Amino acid sequence: MAAWVETLLILLTLTNLTLVAMSRLGACIRTVALQGIVLGLLTICVHPHTPSLYVLLLAGGSIGLKSVVFPLLLGRAMRDTHIRHEIEPFVGYGVSILVAALALPVSFWLGSRLPLPRPASTLIVPLAFHAILTGLFLIVSRRKAITQVLGYLVLENGIYTFGICLVQESTLLVELGVLLDIFVAVFVMGITIFHINQEFNHIDTDRLSALRD
Amino acid sequence: MQAVVSIIHWLVALALAPLLLGIIGRTKAFFAGRTGSPFLQPYHDLRKLLGKGAVYSHTTTWVFRAAPMVGLGAVFVASGMVPFGGSPAVIEFPADLILVVYLLGLLRFATVLGALDTGSSFEGMGASREVQFSALAEPVLLLALATLGRQTGSYSLSTIFVDIAEHLSIHAGPAMLMGAVALLVVFLVENARIPVDDPNTHLELTMIHEVMVLDYSGPDFAFVLYGAALKLWVLGALLVGLVIPVHVGIRLIDSLLFVLGMFALAFLVGVIESCMARLRLLRVPQMLIAAGAFAIFALVLVLRQT
Repeated sequence: MAAWVETLLILLTLTNLTLVAMSRLGACIRTVALQGIVLGLLTICVHPHTPSLYVLLLAGGSIGLKSVVFPLLLGRAMRDTHIRHEIEPFVGYGVSILVAALALPVSFWLGSRLPLPRPASTLIVPLAFHAILTGLFLIVSRRKAITQVLGYLVLENGIYTFGICLVQESTLLVELGVLLDIFVAVFVMGITIFHINQEFNHIDTDRLSALRD
Repeated sequence: MQAVVSIIHWLVALALAPLLLGIIGRTKAFFAGRTGSPFLQPYHDLRKLLGKGAVYSHTTTWVFRAAPMVGLGAVFVASGMVPFGGSPAVIEFPADLILVVYLLGLLRFATVLGALDTGSSFEGMGASREVQFSALAEPVLLLALATLGRQTGSYSLSTIFVDIAEHLSIHAGPAMLMGAVALLVVFLVENARIPVDDPNTHLELTMIHEVMVLDYSGPDFAFVLYGAALKLWVLGALLVGLVIPVHVGIRLIDSLLFVLGMFALAFLVGVIESCMARLRLLRVPQMLIAAGAFAIFALVLVLRQT
């Protein structure tokens, strides 16, 4: 099981690395959907003994929300706003990959500074940190609102990984609550993106700071 | 006995290197629906070129004449340092992987100097691109080799590849896979293969490696071609040694397995060249940085294990 957990975590990190290198929004959304499936499988794999109802519910909720509902919502927002590409991000794609790759040693160092009681694998803490860092980086380095929502989801995925691998089952209820929260958040953001686009004909968030009454 | 086997392996490498080019050409011809030139065509080319005289431009100096010999010499030594089939290489000492990387660097340096010496603007442009891409490819190669070295606890290529199988566990799988991907990208970039450079292109403006050797003729060009074939073998041997790590224990079978692996790699290169278009020049550094990300990730994973 430990090998499976590690493989899934590495897969998660690889999807993060692809995400910072891609400009097509459709492909980005599908990659985040893939992350949802990986996280669902991870939830089951870290609790190997008997998958209880909570665990199955959490895994199912994660897969259902993150890989079906969110992609549909975001894909709809993308279609409505007629935006296909992230053109000219603040940080170029080459530099982005480099930043994400160099975040790896940093997050491993952070992970080594944070000893936790019996995690399922030593990779969990560093790679969860890496997902959090990548998510933050996506939020600050991209122009389009949709990509920033994706960054927010990646950030949440990192926190979720951190949570499921460390906490015991009793607190899984908290995780379910968090899932519900981000569902509402993404739902609201999808609607906001649509309205921003209707009002201003673009969703470039940097241009929103120059608004006047 | 071990020394004899190692020398035989070196001779096999020297003899079979041009055949890889033949296999790549034949595979591409097959995909294009042509018959293609025979497998031994690169040997015939070399023989024909060696029999001809060389023509030198008046503007060139001794640098231009020395470059092919220096380059071939460097890659010739490098080919003696890469082991295969479970036997150590002829030349081996601790940390020799750094020397192999920089012998390949010396080959590149000699080619670039020769290209600049002609004074042709096309060749200067090719040299600039070659240096730009290899500046990015070299750290990736070193990082990937460092990953292997860390995993096997030794920085000599011979030791790494002879007992690589003993050091591989299921936990090392993803790291080794990412190392192999990084090595494959370096292999394609350094040998001027298609996602980066088209070896058969006819327009000087789009060439990278081929444009640098436009002014060579006769034996000098034979040296350049043979040097390129040996470089293909050296970098390919690193990749195949990693992908086929298991050794049966019988020398003949291990060696045959490795040579078949090299042929399969040449076939794979032919398939990649037939299926892919050349990347835009701006995209190539991105691909190399991505390969670098793979190598860094692999190294970090391996460092964590110990």
